[in-house]
Amino acid sequence: MLPWAPSANKKDREYMLKTIGVSDALELYSDVPSKALLRKPPMVGFGRILSEWELIRMVNDILDKNKYFTSPPPFLGGGICFHYVPAVIDSVISRNEFYTAYTPYQPEINQGLLQAFFEYQSLMADLLEMDVVNVSMYDWSTAAAEAMLAALRVTRRKKVLVANNVHPEHLEVIRTWLLGKNVEIRTIGFDEETGTIKLEELERNIDNGTAAVYIESPNYFGVLEQGLEAVADIAHKNGALFVVGVEPLSLGLIRPPGSYGADIVVGDAQPLGIGLNYGGPLLGIYATRWDRKLVRQMPGRLIGLTRTVDGEEQGFVMILQTREQHIRREKATSNITSNEALLAVAAAAFLTLLGGKGLRELARTIWIRSHYAAKKLRGIGVEAPYFSSEFFKEFVARFPKPYSEIHKHIRSKSIMGGLYLGDKPPLYDKHSALFCVTEAHSKKDIDLLVTTIGEAL
Amino acid sequence: MTGLRKGWRQAKWEEPLVYDIGDPERTGYIIPFRDEEEEMLRELGSEPEEALKGKGLLREEAPPLPGMSEVEVVRHFTRLSQMSYGVDVGPVPLGSCTMKYNPKISEAIVRDPRIAYLHPYQDEDTVQGLLEILYLLEKWLAELTGMDRCSLQLPAGAAGELTGALMIKKYFSDQGENRDEMLIPDSAHGTNPASAAMAGFKVIRIPSTQSGTVDLKAVEAVLGPRVAGMMLTNPNTLGIFEDKILELADMLHSNNSLLYYDGANLNGIMGLVRPGDMGFDIVHLNLHKTFSTPHGGGGPGAGVVCAKEPLVDYLPRPLVEKKGDKYYWDYRCEKCIGRMRAYYGNIVPLVKAFLYIASLGGEGLRETAIQSVINTNYFIALIRGAKGYELPYDPTRPRKHEVVISARPLERETGVRALDVAKALLDEGLHAPTIYFPLIVDEALMIEFTESEPRCEIERYANVLKKIAEKAYKNPEEVKKTPRNTAVTRLDDVAANHPRSVTPTYRVLLRRLKGEKLIL
Repeated sequence: MLPWAPSANKKDREYMLKTIGVSDALELYSDVPSKALLRKPPMVGFGRILSEWELIRMVNDILDKNKYFTSPPPFLGGGICFHYVPAVIDSVISRNEFYTAYTPYQPEINQGLLQAFFEYQSLMADLLEMDVVNVSMYDWSTAAAEAMLAALRVTRRKKVLVANNVHPEHLEVIRTWLLGKNVEIRTIGFDEETGTIKLEELERNIDNGTAAVYIESPNYFGVLEQGLEAVADIAHKNGALFVVGVEPLSLGLIRPPGSYGADIVVGDAQPLGIGLNYGGPLLGIYATRWDRKLVRQMPGRLIGLTRTVDGEEQGFVMILQTREQHIRREKATSNITSNEALLAVAAAAFLTLLGGKGLRELARTIWIRSHYAAKKLRGIGVEAPYFSSEFFKEFVARFPKPYSEIHKHIRSKSIMGGLYLGDKPPLYDKHSALFCVTEAHSKKDIDLLVTTIGEAL
Repeated sequence: MTGLRKGWRQAKWEEPLVYDIGDPERTGYIIPFRDEEEEMLRELGSEPEEALKGKGLLREEAPPLPGMSEVEVVRHFTRLSQMSYGVDVGPVPLGSCTMKYNPKISEAIVRDPRIAYLHPYQDEDTVQGLLEILYLLEKWLAELTGMDRCSLQLPAGAAGELTGALMIKKYFSDQGENRDEMLIPDSAHGTNPASAAMAGFKVIRIPSTQSGTVDLKAVEAVLGPRVAGMMLTNPNTLGIFEDKILELADMLHSNNSLLYYDGANLNGIMGLVRPGDMGFDIVHLNLHKTFSTPHGGGGPGAGVVCAKEPLVDYLPRPLVEKKGDKYYWDYRCEKCIGRMRAYYGNIVPLVKAFLYIASLGGEGLRETAIQSVINTNYFIALIRGAKGYELPYDPTRPRKHEVVISARPLERETGVRALDVAKALLDEGLHAPTIYFPLIVDEALMIEFTESEPRCEIERYANVLKKIAEKAYKNPEEVKKTPRNTAVTRLDDVAANHPRSVTPTYRVLLRRLKGEKLIL
């Protein structure tokens, strides 16, 4: 018996081969050069077919070597944090009709999936105060890279400015994705005191050859950039696009990018009902304001409302597909095809489960708890937050001794502490770590963290 | 045979948009540890609103997102799911998409908190099990492709292609060579030219011969010092094996060009033919195709890029390494192109692919491939000679993972097009094939059953195709009016895309309803 291949049995196979007109299945490979044909099966797996129970036992032994943290949850930051995902979200995306579907190329038989995608686009648009949202990009980093590529196409210029306080992995991804484009990527420094970008440095470096200005808020340090209208003005005065990366959950409480002049918004919807899963899959956000060029140069899938040919009812289809690779080939806006669509359904379910007010309350509680944690740390002599500007959810804490020593101690008490910044750009500071506090952390969890850190100081 | 239920029809719910059900004031979510908040606030001495307002950071009002109770959320999305169609409902024989069954055991295992609750920046000693899985998966995929190392970082096949193209770009630029041309067959997946262009290559289109394979003479004619490489899938999108692959590889290599393997079509040869043995230098695999991870209505999937020495140095970093019995991430990047995404990859599909390979082993994978090819050729035997359809390009050659038939006779004789055939299939509760692709076949119906379809479903599919053709010859207008049994009837693509009516979000809909002239 071959699992998951219903006709791989003697009776069906013989009948089918006879109908085809061959006596041996390998005759169907007669056009493969014999030099390239494997005589024996490759050595992969465990040399035989495993039953489910054997598979479970095998995996169980391996997974026992992992350690996960729930009590308290990890305090690690770095662009991804531990949030609780309500059970209903997984229930929704476990619907077989959703998760085993392909991209809805045949809209009439996939209206449900398309409506869910349209709802994701709409909810995200309202959260960002942007008009058009695609469904979806791989993650924040690749969405940011695609936004840079779109800006280069829209403006036909050859230079982008990226704030040096964006997530360093995002910056690295932007650099990689732009390798073939022969463009200049210049970084804009940040103020050592506030953690926000230096406007004068931006003004000094921007010119009429600049395609885009990219900043993140909250940035890598969890710091909310201020005066973003001013950044938008500087970008627009020079004919550059203003691209902003955001953490969507923060927007329950924080001003949305559409309100301060963003042209393209990117981010990651992981905080909206998507698990950690060691960092993938995530859900890349990509949004634009209503502008012909920005929308026509958008990468990825878009769903639109339409009507039936007979005009009787409304329905949903994939739209503006002439931007995409299967039609436009080398002239496509992007090569993206598979994306993270199922997680867009998760985010839509999460946002409707919370509602606008619920989302505000959740953002509020995260603000309160992360600020409480910082204050408590300050109380024991830790510089927290290290940067003076307002922050959300994540913050840098600077310790009087190397953080690795602190981390080792709190690990011994089964606490997964912050993210060590000694080996990471842009700070490379052995005394610093990036902490994240969410709704999943109780006051007791936070107090325990602070007390345990105190023991190591 | 019993007479249970005749005539398929899809569920149809009068399910409005969430905006018409919910209300921003309502919620179905309870914030954890809410009772402790007051004490923390007291300690802080200020409300978030006060702190944020002065700095111009406060959102004045809650976002206008409709909230619903948990019951309503579940009902809304369950109803939507019932108006959707995936492999668990019936065959989805979309060619080149490899829509195979997704084992339920994998779905159960990946929800284990020992995977789901792992943070990507946890200390390495706390993720040894996961790293072991990734390490083994990489080894197995390298073995299956005949390559030396693989990067598991890529979130999809197209990202894998871009990775490969960038690796080729950097490889030549490190040698001081300016090679800026990429050869791509006219039958290639659209992602190939799109990826090559993103990496800064000029795309040179290579025509196919009468037998549906790459025209070697055409390759020879364009080979020169600027050709960096060729992107190829084998079997190609016609389901035909490129039988001159070894000659083609030699030809490219003698020009110092590289050969890139688009793994979208691996399913029919997995465990039988390895890209490395065919002369390919870099390979990407779509784990959501060949290795059975679900497609999720568009994703998440996972791409993997494998390479032979010396191109291994150019793979994105970090890679998983093992020292003694400890696994770790090696971030060293001397020649590597850099990172292609943040963190380490789409872990959930990667683990599912690991479970798939672990379940089947080498022989099981090989038998799976063989069954998928038997299914394709069985379908060809059933449809061969059917009125209205033809099998373009050498009909005597066996196909592999997929077959492309053409509805050209039907279109010519009745006016019923491949699109209409697709819609008529929906009306029988069957998902349509990929249509109008590859571009070199008129009225193309590109069909890939995979090994997952039972014999009876393949027979039913062939019978329904014949029935549709019969109907078309009798009354073509009837076929053009399909589908009628799906949740909605045929949708208007023109209105959907018209600059004056295109509506991608509820927000734009409201602006239109207010009378704003929004033209795209």
